[in-house]
Amino acid sequence: MKRLGWFLAALSLTGGLARADSLLINGAGATFPFPLYSKWFSEYNKLHPELKFNYQSIGSGGGVKQITEKTIDFGASDSPMNDEELKKAPGVMHIPTVLGAVAVVYNGAPEGVKLTPEALSDIFLGKITRWNDPKLQAIAGQPKLPDVAITVAHRSDGSGTTAVFTDYLGKVSPAWKSGVGVGKSVKWPVGLGGKGNEGVTGTVKSTPGAIGYVELAYARQNKLSMAALKNADGSFILPSIETTSEAAAGVAMPPDFRVSITDAKGKNAYPISSFTYVLIYKEQPDAAKGKAIGQFLWWAVHDGQKLAGPLDYAPLPKPVVAKVEAALRTVTVAGKSVIASN
Amino acid sequence: MASGADTPRHAHLGDRAFAAGITLLGGAVLLVVGIIVVACARLSAPAFAKLGFFRFLTGSDWNPVEDSFGALPFIYGTLVTSAIAIVVAMPVAIGLALFLTEMSPSRVRRFVSFFVEILAAIPSVVFGLWGLMVLVPILRDVVEPALQHRLGFLPLFQGAPMGIGFLPAGIVLAIMILPTIASVTIEVLRTMPAALREGALALGATRWEAIGAVVLPYARRGIMGAVILGLARALGETMAVTMLIGNQPEIHGSLFAAGYSLPSVIANEFAEASGAVHTGALAGLALVLFGVTLMLSASARLLVRLSARRLVAA
Repeated sequence: MKRLGWFLAALSLTGGLARADSLLINGAGATFPFPLYSKWFSEYNKLHPELKFNYQSIGSGGGVKQITEKTIDFGASDSPMNDEELKKAPGVMHIPTVLGAVAVVYNGAPEGVKLTPEALSDIFLGKITRWNDPKLQAIAGQPKLPDVAITVAHRSDGSGTTAVFTDYLGKVSPAWKSGVGVGKSVKWPVGLGGKGNEGVTGTVKSTPGAIGYVELAYARQNKLSMAALKNADGSFILPSIETTSEAAAGVAMPPDFRVSITDAKGKNAYPISSFTYVLIYKEQPDAAKGKAIGQFLWWAVHDGQKLAGPLDYAPLPKPVVAKVEAALRTVTVAGKSVIASN
Repeated sequence: MASGADTPRHAHLGDRAFAAGITLLGGAVLLVVGIIVVACARLSAPAFAKLGFFRFLTGSDWNPVEDSFGALPFIYGTLVTSAIAIVVAMPVAIGLALFLTEMSPSRVRRFVSFFVEILAAIPSVVFGLWGLMVLVPILRDVVEPALQHRLGFLPLFQGAPMGIGFLPAGIVLAIMILPTIASVTIEVLRTMPAALREGALALGATRWEAIGAVVLPYARRGIMGAVILGLARALGETMAVTMLIGNQPEIHGSLFAAGYSLPSVIANEFAEASGAVHTGALAGLALVLFGVTLMLSASARLLVRLSARRLVAA
């Protein structure tokens, strides 16, 4: 391993020497959009061979920390920075890049399970403990549920996925809001903790009667059964790229994009969705880098969106893209907009 | 030190440089330990300031949303899984070592030793995966229901058999520390003078009596050392335990229940800890883990010393 490390270090060094004129942009943060960002970096690099990206997927918290300390050129986070964090990093902007959905997945019950917000929160609060509970069976159009104990599976590591999921439960259930609360790590009333999406996926797959929550991409790739959730308009919606984008379309967007879109209105809106953000400084300190970042993000929210769907990310709806355009025009280097040429 | 007759008053420059170098290297270990402790203590200061050290140590609530943190469920989980590991691994490892040094032909010994070493080289994440895919279903569907059926009156075997919890974590830990204990014990038994064993046999002792009366008492100290090494590995093991223990910060008497361990929660929550108190509480757990490890190995050493003294007195 050590030798490999030296080899890679030497390789990257020679790579740096060979292209002395190239520009390296450093970023760090969320793990959730990492597969898409890698794709973006490599595609954008084909268009602009002089640009290189180095992205460390260390987690949203790390992304916020490092952009605050200005050790990177851009950060990435699944949940928006709160007011306290923003106070420590004045001038940081949130640029939404794509949307993600959190799927409720299960094992041991027939396909086509439907859940109301009350049923979902009661399961995760430990009030409903069996699949054939009358409260679950009474939901209209519910398939016949088995007489099996429910095992709740949740994330054990601090995670943006947990933040989105608990944000939703907090909105729809007063008991959840007062008893458990909202956050990247919470005190779970019941269940088994798995590390990462893969840990929860593993628990759900191997435990008959299990129910858990994972990112949509994981649910699809592992062919897990997904529950349809009753949204704010009263329709039962399965998570998909379209229903996730739909959730973002119906939300009143504040100018700084810091908004939760869980429990969104809209006939086809999937209720547990969220934006993921890139964090940059509005006033870019380095002329060349600032320009490159601004133009890369411009590309990402236009041409880059076409790459999102195949990787199970939901593209930004048109009205949001228009607002991101306006925001990117305000990014400046020494008082001049980085997008001036467009 | 300079009083010795053969020590020259002025040692050669090379010797002195060597001595200084060695001292420096020896000191470096202490320095590193010191730096780690100081760093953890500084990082954990906000948590202790808010919660108080004693309340942190004895509290059993772990709620990052409300900044309420207690270390007890994690200490409990770490001790319980390590105890299962030692109870399961120690007899097997010592039996294995006795078999290999006292009974088996040398061809078998080389073959089995090779596999023991292989076992030590398997990464812990592989043990965790194996536990999740193979051990957990067996425990859930076969072993735990059977235990409950026969011994369900004991608090140890109550509650729904989920397959995940203290029991699988402890069993996998046992497998992981088995090679450590076995290979050190083998080395200890090998250093035993052949004359002692032969003397016992010559006096008419059976092989079993020779092992019980001569071999084991002679090697007791070394075997205790081997167990301490195994225990240290069990206490600090992170990945395999995280995958199997269920990660629920609760204290249950039943081995079927889900729990949490000190290293697991640090690995799980540190990267995305929210705020200085949460980060501080996790650093505090690191200090607690350090303290637990220190205390257990100190008391094990004490035990060895006491038993050795009794042996001499007898």
